[in-house]
Amino acid sequence: MKTVKVLGTGCANCRNTIALIETVAKEHGAQIALEKVEDLQAIMSYGVMSTPGVVIDGRVVHAGGVPQREKVEGWFQA
Amino acid sequence: MDMQPTLEAKATLTLRWLLSIGAVTLLWLAAYSHLTEFADFILASIGLTRQTASGEALHFFFYDTPKVLLLLTGIVFLMGIIQTFFAPERTRALLAGKRVGVGNVLAASLGIVTPFCSCSAVPLFIGFLSAGVPLGVTFSFLISAPMVNEVALVLLFGMFGWKVAALYLGLGLSVAIVSGLVIGQLRMEKFLEEWVQQIQNGQTATYVTESVDWITRFEAGRDHVKNIVGKVWPYILAGIGLGAGIHGYVPEDFMASFMGKDVWWAVPAAVLLGVPMYTNAAGIIPIVEALLGKGAALGTVLAFMMAVIALSAPEMIILRKVLKPRLIATFAGVVATGILLVGYVFNLVL
Repeated sequence: MKTVKVLGTGCANCRNTIALIETVAKEHGAQIALEKVEDLQAIMSYGVMSTPGVVIDGRVVHAGGVPQREKVEGWFQA
Repeated sequence: MDMQPTLEAKATLTLRWLLSIGAVTLLWLAAYSHLTEFADFILASIGLTRQTASGEALHFFFYDTPKVLLLLTGIVFLMGIIQTFFAPERTRALLAGKRVGVGNVLAASLGIVTPFCSCSAVPLFIGFLSAGVPLGVTFSFLISAPMVNEVALVLLFGMFGWKVAALYLGLGLSVAIVSGLVIGQLRMEKFLEEWVQQIQNGQTATYVTESVDWITRFEAGRDHVKNIVGKVWPYILAGIGLGAGIHGYVPEDFMASFMGKDVWWAVPAAVLLGVPMYTNAAGIIPIVEALLGKGAALGTVLAFMMAVIALSAPEMIILRKVLKPRLIATFAGVVATGILLVGYVFNLVL
């Protein structure tokens, strides 16, 4: 079970990122706990400057825009 | 299991990209050099001539639309590639520890090439401050990034020529640099929200930028075209359509009496009107086109355009999370004054 956090202040790109992660995780049958982080102080605590950012199990794996589909697939391959 | 493409496959892919870019560039040049013929051809095939008002309007439309779209696609593709060299983390590293003055100029210039979306304005703002970028320098970046962007410049170039585009670039940068310097001089660090002030003393970013190869850069260019051109083309069509109508029908100097050079209150009125309005560079172009076409003074119109793009109510609300009201008011006041001066100078000089 992976904990996935999407950092972002609620813009369109953040929603697209969440939707993309949900779809890809489902396709790969990966169990994830998806969480939206919208609080600015919390976002900044990860040191991310350009949103949306993605954090998996406490590690920042992406920042600045909707991630490429291939990149997201890489996160959920066993 | 990570499926990395082999080196050979990468080389093939890079070659494919280069060949496609070459081919598209040739097509682009061929199309761009036949714009008038294209418009003439369309006009002839629907049986109109440029002698009539509707013919002239349609000719304008079928000349300007492909021209602006071609320019936009080309420049946005290039910008998408250039932006891969200027991740915000990189820009921040370039700006950290820079002196006031040099730092402001650099920040305003980097604002053009660093990818920026208004929804990441605040994280960026804090990210800069936390790395030791001075407050005034950070503001120079924050003002320049949305205002001086490739879409605004291409549209101004395509519709009003290189002089207007160059003036917008120069004056936009000046407003960003000077406003940042002024805000820096006012020593307003205490008007940051407390939690931001705490972050300001030292924090290291954990995010490491991945190495970027040329395939990724080309893909970024393509995605940038998809995102930007895909989003702004309706505005451009609306703008050119409106322009075409004005070109064909509305008598010139229609607006001159109340937005012309000689009306002293036109510039402040334009700025006051523009501040609460919010749209992107593409959305404002139809209005600009309409105003200019009817004889409004260029300085007044550009001041309006800058006020709409650089200052907006939604942005202020987001910034309120990190700035106390007094700093927001100062920011808006300084930038609005700068834009006001630009408007007056423009009207005086031209």
